[in-house]
Amino acid sequence: MAEHPAVAAHHQFDDLEQQLDASTLGMWVFLVTEIMFFGGLFTAYAVYRSAYPEAFAEGSHHLDLTLGGLNTVVLIGSSLTMALAVRCAQLGSNRGAANYMIATLILGLVFLVVKAFEYHHKYVEGLIPGPNFVFDSPHARHIELMFCFYFAMTGMHALHMVVGAGLLIYFILQARANRYSPEYYGPVEVMGLYWHFVDIVWIFLFPLLYLIGHR
Amino acid sequence: MTHHVEPRKVYFGIFAALMVLTALTVLVAMFDLGRFNIVVALSIACAKAFLVVMFFMHLRFAKPLTQVMVAGGLLWLVILLSGTITDYISRGWLGIVPGW
Repeated sequence: MAEHPAVAAHHQFDDLEQQLDASTLGMWVFLVTEIMFFGGLFTAYAVYRSAYPEAFAEGSHHLDLTLGGLNTVVLIGSSLTMALAVRCAQLGSNRGAANYMIATLILGLVFLVVKAFEYHHKYVEGLIPGPNFVFDSPHARHIELMFCFYFAMTGMHALHMVVGAGLLIYFILQARANRYSPEYYGPVEVMGLYWHFVDIVWIFLFPLLYLIGHR
Repeated sequence: MTHHVEPRKVYFGIFAALMVLTALTVLVAMFDLGRFNIVVALSIACAKAFLVVMFFMHLRFAKPLTQVMVAGGLLWLVILLSGTITDYISRGWLGIVPGW
């Protein structure tokens, strides 16, 4: 196993263990605010879905179940590689951590590319809410509302993915510089918490947007 | 340090379970179960989220303070959802016409 530089805890902590516990707790505090943020979107979606069930079901028929399902598999796969990256960092393998984070980054980018194709397809079909929205249905106005939710929710999720990809690049460079060790792997652990959270948001978005009312 | 390192096969096992649950939720969506479609879909999503939180995010091994924090966050989410939804569902039960 490679030599690791000795790392001292920041001065406000007794030791590295306490520092790791504090940063883990801090990240969870942030994630709880994120739960409330996405929770607001999910609540609004639930209210309008129950108000206009036919329109939302009709709108969800225009989402591509194959691409949505593919992205679910890709994103859960990226969570697996992220978990393995954290494990490598725990065991002191910077090379393994960097490689698994590169795999995570690639899978995350695949997700975003697929999402971009879906958005483009919606644009071609005239399903972007606004003056150019075209839908031949008595529920057209409410279907437009459904697509507002679709773009707001998947858009906020995709923005979190872009931020996550940027963070991954930083942590990949840090791991390649041999920064982590079994005593000091907190940053990779915290990066993992963020990435898995974004995965969980998609785990709820996929059934709510693509599946319910599909049949 | 005494941090718990999961065996590799745990992560692969959780990944396999998540894939099976994803396939299951897509399969169930092909059948018309009426209002139970949403119940089943959300139950499966909650099960998947539980696996991710406990295993990938290591909440099982986190300090009790962290666990209480997360539970508190979920409690507030439940208050947000249940408060709002019971309001919207119960509107009109009393037959009072809104004044605007």
